[in-house]
Amino acid sequence: MTSAERDWRGFLFVAPFLLLYALILVFPLFRGFWLSFNQVDIFGDGHFVGLANYVELAADPIFTTSLVNTFIVTLMIVPVLTVLALLLAIALNNAGRGAALMRGIFFSSAVLSVTIVTLIWRFVLAPDAGLLGELWQAFGWQPLGFLSEPHLVLPALAITTIWWSLGLPMLLFLAGLQQIPQDMYEAAALDGADRWTTFWRITVPSLRRTLVLVVMLQTAAQLQMFGQAQLLTGGGPGGASRTTVLFLFESAFGRWELGYAAAAAEILFLIILAVTLTQYWATGRTPGAAHGR
Amino acid sequence: MRLSLELRSIQKSFGETKILDDISLNLEAREFIAFLGPSGSGKSTLLRIVAGLETADSGEVWLDGERIDQLPPGERGVAMVFQHYALYPHMSVRENMAFGLRNAKVPKDEIDRRIEDAARVLEIDHMLDRKPAAMSGGQRQRVAIGRAIVKHPRLFLLDEPLSNLDAALRLRTRVELAQLKQKVDAAVIMVTHDQAEAMTLADRIVVIDDQRIQQVGPPMEIYSRPANIFVAQFVGSPAMTLAPGKLLNGDGEFARVKLGDGSTIETRVRREALPNNAPLRVGLRPEAVRVGGDNQATTKAKVDLVERLGERTLVYARLADGQPITAEDEGYSQVRIGDEVPLRIDGGSAHLFGPDGAGYHGVEA
Repeated sequence: MTSAERDWRGFLFVAPFLLLYALILVFPLFRGFWLSFNQVDIFGDGHFVGLANYVELAADPIFTTSLVNTFIVTLMIVPVLTVLALLLAIALNNAGRGAALMRGIFFSSAVLSVTIVTLIWRFVLAPDAGLLGELWQAFGWQPLGFLSEPHLVLPALAITTIWWSLGLPMLLFLAGLQQIPQDMYEAAALDGADRWTTFWRITVPSLRRTLVLVVMLQTAAQLQMFGQAQLLTGGGPGGASRTTVLFLFESAFGRWELGYAAAAAEILFLIILAVTLTQYWATGRTPGAAHGR
Repeated sequence: MRLSLELRSIQKSFGETKILDDISLNLEAREFIAFLGPSGSGKSTLLRIVAGLETADSGEVWLDGERIDQLPPGERGVAMVFQHYALYPHMSVRENMAFGLRNAKVPKDEIDRRIEDAARVLEIDHMLDRKPAAMSGGQRQRVAIGRAIVKHPRLFLLDEPLSNLDAALRLRTRVELAQLKQKVDAAVIMVTHDQAEAMTLADRIVVIDDQRIQQVGPPMEIYSRPANIFVAQFVGSPAMTLAPGKLLNGDGEFARVKLGDGSTIETRVRREALPNNAPLRVGLRPEAVRVGGDNQATTKAKVDLVERLGERTLVYARLADGQPITAEDEGYSQVRIGDEVPLRIDGGSAHLFGPDGAGYHGVEA
């Protein structure tokens, strides 16, 4: 058997996957890219318009507001979510049965669908009958209109999302914590490190790669926020909670401006790519190092 | 004589399992002690109790006249070298060594000076800015030792320090540890299951088994006057032959013992020291049983296995009654498996063990 033949046969083994991959990932990717240079509606093939969609987007205040909203909500969610998940993981990182139960409870929200999550939080956040409203009233305060006040809808989205997304980062941190060898903590104890020093000088640096992973995954996820915004607030009031993906959903399937929506999607794609790559580079991009001991 | 470490009646159980039962021990200043025992004997637990990583159920730990068992590990004045080094992977060598000193609020220039000194002694001064991942096992070992030295501890604790090194490096590091011991002004406790390490490094060996100290003494005393059957079998390689023996009546000063094959051994163990009418076991180190010397032979045996070590040959054989016995022959031995060979047992080096396992040894000739 010649080596060329061997190569060809090897290709057969991966062909089923490659075919599917090309069909549902690569093709739509390029199709979307191409669409963004066309004016397309549901009735025809459309025609090539060059960069017109992009130029129009840059001047579209609804689009730029949606980008700002998306960034704000991402900035609200990612740091809080990361710190909360880390603290929870540290608190629940022991072998007791109580801790196992709590891990299960905290992870359970992650298996719910976005529909149920937003339903739950609609009940919690509703000012007249919701849980938070009742609480506020018990203190004798005026209930906050989380879903109707423009400056409160993004925090409402953030709270809902944090509650929903806490499980996975917590699990990642738990896995990371379990990778830290016990004798390193013993060495730190003999080195006279107090709990604070041990946390900052041993635990956090040992979790660095998990931290980077969690922040990158969550940033990419929150920049694509859609379901919560669509179901909890519908992007309102007055577009105050319209995220970029909600914007492109409305453009594509509300007004059937497929080329325009595709261009918005390309811009968001590039932004996510740039942000996550920046994070990756900024944090030292040294997977595999720092592993000897 | 100044005492360094004192252990007073240490007890420790994990749940229902007793690990250490009434351990008491004194270390002299600058003494190098080896805790020797099989895995599961409790020797590592004892070390961790001294370090403060485990708490004893009862008993006291004193160091240089100060009771330390209530103190946290970092305030006990002890430094430990872990079996797997436990270096901080995200810190450079310098930071690894400085970490404990910074926590102890040692002034910066003092920290630098101590690190430079230790690094020079350990010959790692050119890699102070490396991370542990970029170093070999032997180099990491040195960093771990350096991290202990810079603290100027009153007591060094070494947990199986050589077990992670390959054979060649282990020998070299053993020599280096012996040299290091001369340079540091502190007592050292080393935990090991390797009797050769304990024999070569320690001033005194503490043999631990079955939750208790079996014997404490200088290496050659442990080797030549084992307190009981466990120590006799555990120390020395290959292990001492143990054969049932019968004390022969007589009125001599020293005991005469008959082995199962009918041959007799003239020991130099005082008859009056032995328990009356009790079954005995005879302990024979390989060097006390020589192959050959037809006219001086005391018995003969059939050869099971021949192990050539170069300067000497070990012969594993069976006496006429089937009793296994390990004998020694010269390097160029003609003995082959299946041969019947004459053996000359040196009764003067024979040990006797009573029914309770206690050892009785010959008086020096």
